[in-house]
Amino acid sequence: MSVWDDLVGQDAAVAVLRGAVADPSAMTHAWLLTGPPGSGRSNAARAFAAALLCPRGGCGECHECTTALAGTHADVEVVATEATILRRQDVEPLVQLAQRSPSGGRWRIIVIEDADRLNETSGNVLLKAIEEPPPRTVWVLCAPSPQDVLVTIRSRSRSVVLRVPPVDAVARLLVERDGVEPELADAVAHASQSHIGLARRLARDPEARARRREVLDLARRIRGVPDAVLAAGDLVEVAQAEARAATEERDAEEKSRLYRALGAEEGKPLPPALRSQLKSLEEEQKRRATRAQRDVLDRAMTDLLSLYRDVLLVQLGASDGASGGRGIDLVNVELADAVRTLAADSTPEQTLRRMDAIGTARERLAANVAPLLAVEAMAVALRPQG
Amino acid sequence: MILVSGPEGLLAERAVERAVALARDAAGAERLERIDVAGPTYETGRLAVATSPSLFGEPRVVVVDDAQLGTDALVTEVVEYVGAPEPDVTLVVVHRGGQRGKRMLDAIKATGAPVVACDALKRDSDKEDFVRAEFRTAGRRIDAEAVQGLVAALGSDLRELASACSQLVADTTGTVTTAVVDRYYGGRMEVTGFRVADAAAAGRSADAVTLLRHALASGVDPVVVVAALALKLRQLAKVAATRSAGGPRPQDLGLAPWQLERARKELVRWTPEGLATAITAVARADEEVKGGGRDPVYSVERAVLTVARATGR
Repeated sequence: MSVWDDLVGQDAAVAVLRGAVADPSAMTHAWLLTGPPGSGRSNAARAFAAALLCPRGGCGECHECTTALAGTHADVEVVATEATILRRQDVEPLVQLAQRSPSGGRWRIIVIEDADRLNETSGNVLLKAIEEPPPRTVWVLCAPSPQDVLVTIRSRSRSVVLRVPPVDAVARLLVERDGVEPELADAVAHASQSHIGLARRLARDPEARARRREVLDLARRIRGVPDAVLAAGDLVEVAQAEARAATEERDAEEKSRLYRALGAEEGKPLPPALRSQLKSLEEEQKRRATRAQRDVLDRAMTDLLSLYRDVLLVQLGASDGASGGRGIDLVNVELADAVRTLAADSTPEQTLRRMDAIGTARERLAANVAPLLAVEAMAVALRPQG
Repeated sequence: MILVSGPEGLLAERAVERAVALARDAAGAERLERIDVAGPTYETGRLAVATSPSLFGEPRVVVVDDAQLGTDALVTEVVEYVGAPEPDVTLVVVHRGGQRGKRMLDAIKATGAPVVACDALKRDSDKEDFVRAEFRTAGRRIDAEAVQGLVAALGSDLRELASACSQLVADTTGTVTTAVVDRYYGGRMEVTGFRVADAAAAGRSADAVTLLRHALASGVDPVVVVAALALKLRQLAKVAATRSAGGPRPQDLGLAPWQLERARKELVRWTPEGLATAITAVARADEEVKGGGRDPVYSVERAVLTVARATGR
């Protein structure tokens, strides 16, 4: 057993990180772990932290390892955000923290799981601290790609690239660790495009599978402009409901905890002097809800993109559209029929234009365009056109 | 005891002035004392001090302003006072809307005290009535068209409208005509994003652009105009969906009857392809006005023109 066990198909990256743990001359003060969503960036960062702190170089069993992996080790600070950006006030404490010596272990390790969500201001706040930390401080930044972080931060850190794990490896992991049926494991590993976390959720939660199916059904359902607008409305509504379900309970709990901490009675209006605290909590929760809704929509769009990718493959003759058939595997194995129908109904040019429209909608969502409008424009572009 | 309730500040002030004037008339010119009590900064006992009998028993008017922001003490003490009012005190409570202090309002209403409702004037016809009343009070005459012109120019703020009326009364003689209103307030128009969207959806390009310029000049944000356009197109598409077999029923769309009726009329000009072009253009404009483009005004104008041209059957 070792801390690296959960990193599927990342042998090259693991070798680099292990080397750094074993050989002090291969170590450096700032690391940038990049890889597509689901490749296990944050897991790799935690495993690296554990291996650095573990007296046996990452046994996965000792106190240091288990606490570092769980994110509760005193010398490991894990920073992540549930809002759309990491703000200046979120990262400012890290500058001071970086200057302190580790309390027990060999290193003080600061992991920023969403380094791509640092904006220019907050990134610049960290610049100096990342450039020249004290000898025993290590920064580990995670981002989808090196282009997602400020160029000045990129140039101050050593890059380690995680790759998309092979589908087989993900399926095997699901079977071995989570006891998923092999057939289902294979399907969800394809459907999630090797995103381990997503694959696990799809495997465990039949509702998530049904929702995904519903989203993909949009491609067939949209017969004209009016349909497109209605379908877009449905999609955004589902996303809102899902985001609400994910945050509602927690919001209420946080609120009642705040009331308790302030010694106020719940259900009664707060005294004016304390209202600003409630307000800032509510703002935080709203930011979180925005992010949750965007994430849900973005996932739906990625799913649609994968469907049209399959359609394009069939249209270009790179795949025969049968499961286990000739050529490149489809992502949506279980929808092979629908893929073939769509492929027969349109031309590759149209498919590419539709994929473009989905990509534009994703960009617009990130650029703060009203979600409903962005989705409407996308849905309109998906309608059958002569 | 008088309750003045409603969000329209100007009307509330006038009601208070009038109440004070009436009380002064009743008391005789010099002897009336006016005490102002502000709701948000109210401290316990303030009302009791203001209303307790004085040595010479002068009549007093106590005006409690912004009672909707009042402290809990204010609510409790007003309710107490209502139970045992002083004979030589007139209490005027001004409450500018909202649910706060409802207990106080109910207590005052229960005594049968007069309630002056100062609701916001929303419809243009109400505002026109207001302008006519203003001129009538001043003993002047105004043309019907001039009234409409004034409301179109300054209708969003009643206070501004009132001061415009008093200025016209003071500066001009004889009947106020459109020409006079134009000389003072010409070239000014208050336009909402919705009016721009309506004009664009009706295919009136020139009108739509003119209205857009008016709207932008009077401080409407391009983002709001784009949102109004998007809403309009959404309504049109939804109503179009009800026509096809298996589509939703009109009453399930969540639109008001007048919105449905209007969308049905406007749809006559629209084709599905036109709608597609328009929605695409508006989505693009939304991205551009939120920082994706260089010039928000150019982006929104192009969107308005594209929408207006996409009609046309």
